[in-house]
Order: sequence, then C-alpha cells, then structure tokens
Amino acid sequence: MSAAAASPRGYRYIGTKRRTKEDPRFVAGRGRYVADIALPGMKHVALVASPHAAARIVSINTAPALALPGVLYVLTGDEFCANTDSLAIGVDAPKVTRWALARGLVRYAGEWVAAVVADSRALAEDAAELVEVEYAALPHVIDPEAALAAGAPLVHPAHGSNLLYQRKFVWGPVEEAFAKAEHRIAFRAVWGRSATVPIETFGVAAQWDAGTQILDIWASIQMPKFPDQTARALRLPGNAVRVHYDVDVGGSYGVKRGLKHTVLVGYLARLLGVPVRLIEDRLENMRGGDMQGPDRFFDMQVAFDRDGTIRGLKIRAVDDVGAYAGRSPFQLGKPVTAICGPYQIQAIEYEPISVMTHKTPQEAVRGFGQAPTNFALERAVDRVARALGMDRIALRRKNLIRKDQFPYTIPSGSTYDSGDYHTVVERALAAVDYPALVHARDDARRAGRLAGIGIATCLEPSGGNSAFELLMNPKNETTTWMDSCLVRVDLSGSVTAVIGNSSSGQGHESLVSTVVGEILERDPATIRVVRADSLTALPSNSPVGSRMAIMLGGAAAGAAKEIKETLLAIAAHNFECAPQDLEYRDGSVSLKGAPDKRCGWDQLVEIAHRKFHRLPPGMEPGLQAKFVWEVPTGGALPTPDGRIHIYPCYAFEVHIVLVEIDPDTGKPAIRNYVCGHDCGVMINPDIVHGMTYGGIAHGIGAALYEKFAYTEDGQLAAGTFMDYLIPSAMEVPALAIVDHCTPSPLTTFGQKGSGEAGYLGAPAAIANAVNDALDPLGAAIDTLPMSHLAIWTAIGAAGSRPPLERPA
Amino acid sequence: MKAAPFEYARAGSVREACELLARHGDGAKLVAGGQSLVAMMAMRLLRPAWLVDINEIEALQFVAIEHHAVRIGACTRQRAVERDDALAARVPLLRQALAWVGHLQTRNRGTIGGSLAHADPAAELPLVAQVLGARVVLRSSAGARTLAADRFFAGPMTTALRPDECLEESHWPVWPERRTGSAFTELSIRHGDFAIVAAAAQLALDADGRCTRAAFGLGGAAGTPLAFPHLAARLVGTRLDEAVVQEAARAAAAETQPGSDLHASAAYRRHLAGILAARALRAAHAAALAR
Amino acid sequence: MSETLYAISVDVNGRRRTGQVPARLSLVDWLRDEVRLTGTHVGCEHGICGACSIMLDGEPVRACLMYAVQAHGHRVTTVEGLARPDGAVSVLQDSFCEAHGLQCGYCTPGMLIAAQGLLDANPDPTEAEIRDAIGGNLCRCTGYQQIVEAVRLAAARIKESAP
Repeated sequence: MSAAAASPRGYRYIGTKRRTKEDPRFVAGRGRYVADIALPGMKHVALVASPHAAARIVSINTAPALALPGVLYVLTGDEFCANTDSLAIGVDAPKVTRWALARGLVRYAGEWVAAVVADSRALAEDAAELVEVEYAALPHVIDPEAALAAGAPLVHPAHGSNLLYQRKFVWGPVEEAFAKAEHRIAFRAVWGRSATVPIETFGVAAQWDAGTQILDIWASIQMPKFPDQTARALRLPGNAVRVHYDVDVGGSYGVKRGLKHTVLVGYLARLLGVPVRLIEDRLENMRGGDMQGPDRFFDMQVAFDRDGTIRGLKIRAVDDVGAYAGRSPFQLGKPVTAICGPYQIQAIEYEPISVMTHKTPQEAVRGFGQAPTNFALERAVDRVARALGMDRIALRRKNLIRKDQFPYTIPSGSTYDSGDYHTVVERALAAVDYPALVHARDDARRAGRLAGIGIATCLEPSGGNSAFELLMNPKNETTTWMDSCLVRVDLSGSVTAVIGNSSSGQGHESLVSTVVGEILERDPATIRVVRADSLTALPSNSPVGSRMAIMLGGAAAGAAKEIKETLLAIAAHNFECAPQDLEYRDGSVSLKGAPDKRCGWDQLVEIAHRKFHRLPPGMEPGLQAKFVWEVPTGGALPTPDGRIHIYPCYAFEVHIVLVEIDPDTGKPAIRNYVCGHDCGVMINPDIVHGMTYGGIAHGIGAALYEKFAYTEDGQLAAGTFMDYLIPSAMEVPALAIVDHCTPSPLTTFGQKGSGEAGYLGAPAAIANAVNDALDPLGAAIDTLPMSHLAIWTAIGAAGSRPPLERPA
Repeated sequence: MKAAPFEYARAGSVREACELLARHGDGAKLVAGGQSLVAMMAMRLLRPAWLVDINEIEALQFVAIEHHAVRIGACTRQRAVERDDALAARVPLLRQALAWVGHLQTRNRGTIGGSLAHADPAAELPLVAQVLGARVVLRSSAGARTLAADRFFAGPMTTALRPDECLEESHWPVWPERRTGSAFTELSIRHGDFAIVAAAAQLALDADGRCTRAAFGLGGAAGTPLAFPHLAARLVGTRLDEAVVQEAARAAAAETQPGSDLHASAAYRRHLAGILAARALRAAHAAALAR
Repeated sequence: MSETLYAISVDVNGRRRTGQVPARLSLVDWLRDEVRLTGTHVGCEHGICGACSIMLDGEPVRACLMYAVQAHGHRVTTVEGLARPDGAVSVLQDSFCEAHGLQCGYCTPGMLIAAQGLLDANPDPTEAEIRDAIGGNLCRCTGYQQIVEAVRLAAARIKESAP
C-alpha cells in the first residue's frame, strides 16, 4: 500500500481517490482493440521474413503462394518501395532509407520480405510458407564496436559507414574538473537490449473509401505525427488519412510506433480495394516488429574529491539501434535533459554514438533513454562511494541538488523546475525502516546468503518536449510540441471534452474529466471524454515522454477556464455588473453579497445556446472552447555548444531495495521494495501509483530477466515468451510507494508527468543491490540483465565461492 | 501463429485411438492436455496430418490406489492428481513435483500421461517416473506392453512409444516403509518456467534412522531424466550425514551430460545438479526423520 | 483444398453456441471471431501470457492451447460470463475497478478468470496464494500490486456479505 499525500491545496477532485472512467469497460471485456475490429470483407496479412542477418535478395517467386485458394495478393519490396516513400529518420542520414519490406538487401534476421494477403490469417500463414525467396548470404555484424571498426560489413552501404550519429558535448570546465579532482574512477556499464513488450502486439486495420478518397486507419498506436507520416509515406495528402483514436491500445510504454506496419497495410488497402488488417503474431512482433529497445554501453569516468563531491563526469554512450532507425538515435539525446541526474555536477562531457548493426531495429522505450542513463549514473555513484569507503546514502545526500537551489539549471541547459530530493529520501528511508533493512541484510548474510541493499536516486523528466531533436539534427527546427483539448457544454448542459490521441492505459479520460470537473466545479462522473479522429482533432503530440498530465491536463484546464470565463461574462452582462462582482460556484454564478441574485448552470447554458438577445455583444453563441498550448520551456533553439532547455518538469524517485541471492545457485530474490516518488500534484493517485508499480516491475524485468539475445550468426535467440522472460506476480514482490509533492511552478495544478515512473530508477537500484550483495566476495556486475547465470558466474569469478553448500 | 491444417478425430475409446493411429501411421499424433503439443503446432514445429484427441476417453481418467502402486490413467489432469490427498499420502513425490509444473492453467488441462509421452528432459513428471521406477502401459491394436521408465525415456522428446501406440496408464510404486520421506526441488528462472535443473529424492529410514532404501535423480541435466540407483544404493545403511549426501550429489553431478542454452551453460547446469541433488536428499531425509 | 469443417456445440456463458469449424481453429479464435465474444484476448499463442484464459468446465485454462473442436460438449466461461445474472459486474470485477487493478485492460479478462478460479476454490487466499494463482498471467501495466489488492478486496467483500 502507498502512503498518499492528502489532496493538496484543497482540490475537490484532483488528488482524491476516484475510480477511473476506463476500468468499467475493460473489466467487462468490452474494450475495443484493433483485433476486435471486424470490417466487412476484411482480409488478413501475414509476413514472410528473412532467415538471414544480412543477405542479398536474389529472387522471389510468389506464384506458389498465389496459387493457394483464398490468397489475394503477395506484395514484395520491389513494388512496395517503388510506390511509397521511405520512412523518415530523425538524424541527418538521408541514405539510411527504410520501408516495411526489404528491397534488394535484407539487413536483419526477421526483416519482412513479402506480405501475403488472404481471407484469413491462417491461410495467409500457409501461403507465406510457400513464397520462395532465394538469398545470397552476406557478411554481417552484430556487435556495435565491431560495426564501427574499419572494414566492418555495412548495414546501409550507401550511407558509407555504420555510424549514424556522433558528437561530443562539453558542458562546463570538464578537463579542469578532472585535473583538479582528488580521485577518479572509470568503468563500463552495459544496458542489455530489452523493451517494453506489451501483451498486445501491434495491429493495424485500414480501409480505403474510393468514393470519399479517405483512408481510414485503426491502429494500436502511440506515436506523435502518426497520421502525417502515414500520409506522407503513402504519397497522400494529409487530409486523405483518417486515424481513429478511439481504439483501445493494449499497452505500449513507448514502442507502438508501428508506422511501417501502417504504411504497408494502408498501401494494400488502397491497392486491393478491400479492408486489410495486420495483427502481428508474437513471432513477427519479437523479430520483425522493430520494437526492441536501447542496447547501450556507457564508458563512465567520474572525477571526485575525497569528501565525496563529484566534480565532473565523462560519459561515452554507444547505442546499437539495429538495422534501421526512425527516432531511435534520439534515445541518446533525451537524457541530456537530466544528464547529471539529481546531482550538483558542474562539468559534464557526453559523447553519444549511435551505431547500426544487423539486428532488429530499436524503438522508443519508456523513458526514451533515461533509464539506461540513470543506471549508468547510479552505478557510478555507488562505485564512487565504494572507492571512498563512504556510505552510499551520505554520498548522495552530499551531491543531491538542495531544495533551496531550485529552479536549478544543469550544465547542458535544462532547468529543473522544483524538487525536494532530500526530504523524499528521508521519507523513503523512514518508510522502509532503513536500520531494520540493514539488520535484515546482515542477518541474511550471517545465515549464509548473499544479501544487498540498493539505493537509486534519479529523475523522471516529464513534459515530452523533444528539443533533443534539435541538438542531434541541426537541420530540424521543430520547436513546437503542443497539445489541445476542446470542451463543449451542450444544450442540455452536459459537458463533453474532446481529445485527439489514443491511450494505452494511462487513463486520459479520467485525467481530462477530473481536470475539467475541477475547474468547472462539476462532478467529473458527469463529464464525458471522447476522442476525435485525426481529421477532426486539434493538434496533439500524443502521450510520450510523460507529458499528458502536464500538456493534456493543461489544455483541458485551459479550455475549461475559458468556459468558466464565458459563463461569468454572460452572468455579468445579464446582471449588468463586472465579472469581479460575481461568484462562481458549482457551475452557477451569483452576485457577491446577494446570493439570491443567481444565474444557475441551466440558465447560463440556455442563454449561451438559445437566448442570443441575452448574450454579451460579440460573444460567440453556444458554449465551447478550444485550448491549444505549447509546452512550457519550448520554442528555443540550442546554443552552438549544445545547450538547450529540454523537458519542463522533473519528477524525482528514490528506490530502496533489499535483494538476497542464493550463493549456490545465483538466484536473486527481491525481499523488500520501497519507492519514494515526487511527481508534484497527482491528479489521480491510483493511476499514478499504478503506472509507477508497473514501471518498477518493468525495471525488474530489465534488471534481472529480459534480454533480446542474439546468436553469433545474428539470429534472435529470445524470440518467444519462453526465452524472453517477462516477470510474473511471483517475480515482482510487494511494492510500496511513498508520495511526496513539490508542485511544479510551470503547470496548472503543479502536476508533473509520471508515466515513465518506476522504470527510470528500478534497474539502477536493483543493480546496486546485487552489487552490494556481491561486494563481500569482491565481485561486481555492471551488465544488465543480471541473469541467474551472470550472477553465478560473477560469484565464481570472484574466487571466494563457498564450497558445495553448507547445511542450514 | 496458426497451426498448419490437420484433420481431427475424437477417440471414444483407447481401442479407437489405436485404430486411428494404426490407420494414419506417422501422420497422426495424439493430443491430451496439449500444453506442449498445441504450442509446438502453433509455431509449426510440428504439423501432424491427423490429431487424435483422447481427452474424452473416460477410461483414461482415473486414479486407482492399489497396494503396491498407484495407477493413473493417461488423461488424468495434473490438477486432479495434485489435489488427491490419498494419492499424495502414498506417492508424495507426485504432489511435490506438480507444484513446480507450469501454472494453474497448465495443470488444469495438462495430463500425467501427456507429460510422460512428451518426455522433455527437464520436465518434472518424467523425473519422478525415472526416480521411482514408474511403469507405463503402452497399448496398440496389437495389444499392450508395460515398460519401466528407464526403458521408456529414450532421449530428448523421444520415448519408446511406437507411432501406433497410446500411453494408457502409468503405475507409480508405493513404498511400504513407514518412515519414508521425499522431496522435489528445481531451479527455474521464473516460477513455473521449465527447470534448468531439477532434483527428486525419496528415502526410507529404519527406527534408528539408518537408510533402508533410497532413490534420487536429476532432470534437465542430460537427454533424459536421470536416476542413480547405484549411487542411491550406497546411501543404504548410512545415516545420510552431510559428507555422505555431498558425495552422492557430487558423484551424480559428475555423471550428468548437461547442455548449454540461452539461460544456462553446461557448467552452470552441472554445478546446479550437485547443489540440487544434495538439497533434495537433505530435504527427503528431514521429511523421513519427521515420520 | 478446403479444410474439413467439424460441427461443434459448446455451452458458452450459459448459452449453447454452435459452429462449423476447421480443426486448427483455436478455441480463443473461435470465441473471438465466430462467437464474437472479443473480451478474451490473444497475447502470445504459445501458452505463456495467460491473456486467453477462460474457464473450461469451471477451471481456468489457456484457450490458445485448445482447438475449438476440443470444446465440443463442454462448458466455457469467458469474462463476459463473469457478470451476475442481473447483468451487474461481479464483486471481483467491481473490486478491480475499486482498486484500479488494471490500466490498458488487455490482460484483465484472463486475470479475472484466474482470480475467479482462485476464489472459487479458496475464498480466503493469502497474498502468496493470490500471486501464485495469477502467476500464469503476465501484465505489463500494473506491476501486479493493485491486482493483488483487488483480489484481496474481493475476497474480503465476499466474506463480509456471506450469510
């Protein structure tokens, strides 16, 4: 159970325990996911995938597949790539083109080579097996360091190398800091390739209406600029694509940017004149869906003094994006927004390097690169503590930014809006009963088990401002990162809010109805939230980067405020007074000091909709307001030395975890887990807690269980759920959250985002716990995931492995 | 992941199942619980032309408690066996092993016979069968034959079952000794996952605490589940002190031929074999002492 | 080369449903695509994630590991069948709402079936028993915490209202 702060500032709805609007339909099995949408005459797609990591396509014979009854079409890359445009890449690498189907070359095992359309998915799979593809295997490379070496096989020969991006940023007096510091350490931290792997795979259905010339799309999507990029790739005008956002998405946490699937299905739907649907099966999803995650090592150098002050950091981060890239290299850029974590580190050198190899492409994963970075930072802090023989908590306390220092600008240019890190740490330590935890650890050690406590203090930047794009691609001058909401009150007086994005469990309907209800002082249960489609929606940049509480919440509040002002203006006009003479309460307006002079909600609505003669001159009839706003702190370009304010708001998390390890088997078990969390004002605590628990579980997976492992010949060895191990309720322990609230000065209610919470700190904390457990043996692990085998190997390598078990 | 097309026949009796197997030969496979088979068919690793469903044969769903053995029909659900207290009193290793088999849903549908016929070298029930020397009755149109476990398990996913045979029942020996104790343990990455290595042990002690009978084995450490009757024989007459247990475990581990895969190297498996064998022996010993 | 169709009759949520199905049509695909009960979901098709869990003759099983033909003559309960006779959601379903034991809803139907199976057999489960019962149902949203709370709440509420 969590210890929630009481609803701050006396909000009526915000911050209180409320049931969500979404849960009732899901518990009844009435969600509407892409796989639930059956369009009349719909056909189904299955993919033919390359068995080779790198090969030239010599020939494709589709005849045997086409001969199967029930098969409509077999599409190959030659046709598809000639008739659609390459998908956009975020960094400046125009020769790194990308389509859903390979043409000429295949670049990873699992890459889609042909698409079969048939009456059923089963038939499509039967036909896919009959497509004859002749390949000439080519040399491949799957190690990023090898890929950067001279003579390495090139994933995209036209690009000339496997290097997608490299730059060295120097913020602050780094060489001076390193020269003057009393000590330094250097080590490598490795973040294994894992991803969010939602239980629902990606799916998309498309239907082309030749009469209206509109392509309708239903997709399990979480992606900004999705309709635009789809239209562009299909060479359609933007207003020829209609994306339906009222599709329930079965989890995404970043990865469901299925643009390639959508362009493929959209093309087929137009070509064939029938609705077409692709639901990835799990094999396609794992290998060819292009939704793997950061695959990164950090060469860390830390300069520090004997009193524990960290003077400087040098971070060289090499990330393997796989065979293609969309926005994935940017996952090296986003962490710039919190590159020094929650610490007062004044000098930082950061060299991100994005590399291509013959592996499945990486997609945006929860945190967009912040979780791996936090892991590397927190391992560094623990190593500094160890080098000094200093308590890890004391070291953090010394370096954490202090409450009185906010707003705090970090060397790379972002300003942290607010925080009270020391208090959150205190509260978490109290909640876990830290002295008792230490006793528990020591008792376990005395009983012959390995045991360790891990601490991590880190940031969750929120607000999803993608200013890192500008940092990594000067040709890109996108500085607009907005969101919107339309609120309308109809003739009967009911309130509806309209949003323009799909949701994957974040509870946006609950968020918006709560915010609008708070402003209008109307029960959120009576407020309906609907989703426009992409032709009727106001602009949105979709739920990414923990931005919706801030941006959609802010937009909903903005629109609601305009409605409220309109109501006050109508009343003022009718009472012939100034708005400041009026009092608004629960949707009614009365004259201050004369409560019987009152205009109720229904009357105001009637005037707005029907009684034009009572409307203030110049006022629009009806009762509706739209609000579109830019992210706070957006709108600027970076300085020449690469400084820019990226995300607006910074939530903080501290994780404290006790891990025990069976010394004879290497099996880890989490015994105690407390997370102190400060994301400012929580609009719906149950929703925030739920996502934080989920993020922690996800982090447990990344730390201990999950890896997209590859064989030497570039085959994905963990391509099913038998080998890609998602933690169950037996691996995830009981979790506790302690809430704290330092409101953001930048947002309507002081809320910060928190969709990525938990995941950003859990792997770091668990890594630190395992290392604390191995420390008495002189062993360490800086590579995730810390599998049973890896832990056992580290124990053995330390040389002080205990003999074949002592009895209890 | 849709299976390749196949024809389906629901057998109403074992005789009918055997006739269908005889008729379709290599092209037919029996389906019981389907917890392994259907997954493999979804991945098109197996593509039988005929699937013969034996789930509806009532004669294959029974637990018969007899004096020397418990007979279990091939299609008896794992969950039914797990819940059967009378059975657990006589062959305690079955309930202990079943606690490690998959999850609730797996055991509600999976069968005893199915697990034996599938013969995954890391599976729990084949290990118990091997350790206890269980016997299986294999029936074809030509008649029935009974095989001991060590004759039945031939290699990874390979048994002595002929294409026209149906595993009809399994017989699990009951140890008459009052002071019998057993234990099952395994290391899997997540709860319910396939075992990396599993260990099972059953011991009987006399009134003085000396071992009068012993059996133990390892799963996941070779191409079939391994039992060590010769090593177990050396435990007889001892008090199973720590040195004896460790020696037996070490010797057993030395006889394993473990493989390497994504989750465990051969060296790790061999190490686990020794650790888990010792743990199983110790726990079985403690259970026997408590009687 | 069209596939043989097999006639089946299955009691689904108390109603007899018939069909003519190819042998290879899985039970979950039949329920979703033919019977149009889309509450049960597909997550992996190889028996691990549990999203497809339904009750077969009252016990939770994975519907992706059964063929529809195999369900002939049997009784199937899906999430749509968990509601009370008067149409209101069950105490368990309502408890999931109260405790917010879900987010995207994709694993939820399978989770509810597993939890209901637990409560049917064990009305007063411990936390360890709850986690074990849902151990075969993967969730990526919730970290299981609020799911466990929901099941505990349901058990308490059922116990409280028992005569």
